[in-house]
Amino acid sequence: MMRPQLLRKMSARKEELGVGRGRARRPLRHCRGGGAAGAGRPGHGAMAIFSVYVVNKAGGLIYQLDHYAPRSDTEKTFSFPLDLVLRPHDERVVVAFGQRDGIRVGHAVLAINGAEVNGRFTADGKDVLEFLGNPANYPVSIRFGRHRLSSNEKLMLASMFHSLFAIGSQLSPEVGSSGIEMLETDTFKLHCFQTLTGIKFMVLADPRQTGIDALLRKIYEIYSDFALKNPFYSLEMPIRCELFDQNLKLALEVAEKAGPFGPGS
Amino acid sequence: MSRSPGRKQENHKISRELFVLTYGALVAQLCKEYEKDEDVNACLDRMGYSIGIRLIDDFLARSAVRKCRSYSETADMIAQVAFKMYLGVTPSVSCNSVTGNEFSLILDKNPLVDFVEELPAERASLCYCNLLCGVIRGALEMVHLAAEVSFLQDRLKGDDVTEIGITFLRKPEDRRHRRNK
Repeated sequence: MMRPQLLRKMSARKEELGVGRGRARRPLRHCRGGGAAGAGRPGHGAMAIFSVYVVNKAGGLIYQLDHYAPRSDTEKTFSFPLDLVLRPHDERVVVAFGQRDGIRVGHAVLAINGAEVNGRFTADGKDVLEFLGNPANYPVSIRFGRHRLSSNEKLMLASMFHSLFAIGSQLSPEVGSSGIEMLETDTFKLHCFQTLTGIKFMVLADPRQTGIDALLRKIYEIYSDFALKNPFYSLEMPIRCELFDQNLKLALEVAEKAGPFGPGS
Repeated sequence: MSRSPGRKQENHKISRELFVLTYGALVAQLCKEYEKDEDVNACLDRMGYSIGIRLIDDFLARSAVRKCRSYSETADMIAQVAFKMYLGVTPSVSCNSVTGNEFSLILDKNPLVDFVEELPAERASLCYCNLLCGVIRGALEMVHLAAEVSFLQDRLKGDDVTEIGITFLRKPEDRRHRRNK
């Protein structure tokens, strides 16, 4: 349960786009038990709502909240030679082969010897791959984990989804299709609700989480209350309304508590 | 109206008189600022428009209505659901034209004119409730229905009934962005 002081402190640290963090991240390596239960939630197991996205009519992301991210960082000490195969990918160094012990293919190098890396370079400015190729630097402690999306990447992905949504409506054999309502994968389900005015609300949640339809309607209500009725909020612009954040987080908590056996409030 | 659980249950309603009085004060102030009736009407319409573009989402979120498939459904929706929800009155709807895109909402009771008997002589062509026209126009525009909304008859001007006319404009066929409405 979020305490009001914690909520206020977190809201003060919001990024440009109104991206908020739902709860303090604790690295999973300190927690026992697998999966997503690591962040200290009571009981339910892996029941979570991961994030919420709000996209405006033009396809631009106007709000994004990471409510819960199953952190799977692993930090290990290695000696030369490194038995993982690393390669550069985009702006990061990722594991290409040699999956073991929680370090999976696709994980990026997040930190070396405790200092966070800056893309392909260490905190000191040395190239990561060069550094790890030099036996003199060993033993070295490297932290691997899933790369967090940056704000720009989220913007791009939201716009792409907006386009896919439009394509989906057009591909429909029946006239007047609602567009993509759900995208299902083995690790999450993306639920999308487009209002009659063209705003899209997307919720990424655990596949077993129920009551997301009601949650999407609830988020619509919260948007119409705390964003639209705020006279200083301009339509289609990024939402930076404190009340919207707070009420959204509360709604997410309520929806999560309901668990897998039926809708909540 | 449902409120999120975070808010304390504030069930105090704001008095209707205060709302009507506020509206009256607004019109009176505009009359002081603008000499011509057309300017006041235009200003009220603009204000109503900016209310309408926001109110539509509130309406859709709370009433959870399905998409309207025809102009007459839309006009019925405005009269029977929207007016009822926001002003507590239900105007009757009639279709004015054979082409099926002109409708009238006939208001028996208009809460905004509770305390107004008639317009002053120098303000004969003032549309006192023009805000409502702007609201309807703005709301319809956000669901991609262009319309012209105006007062056809007004009790304040001596007519028998108050009648709001909605004319849906045909937009050019635009198949490029066929978004779900």
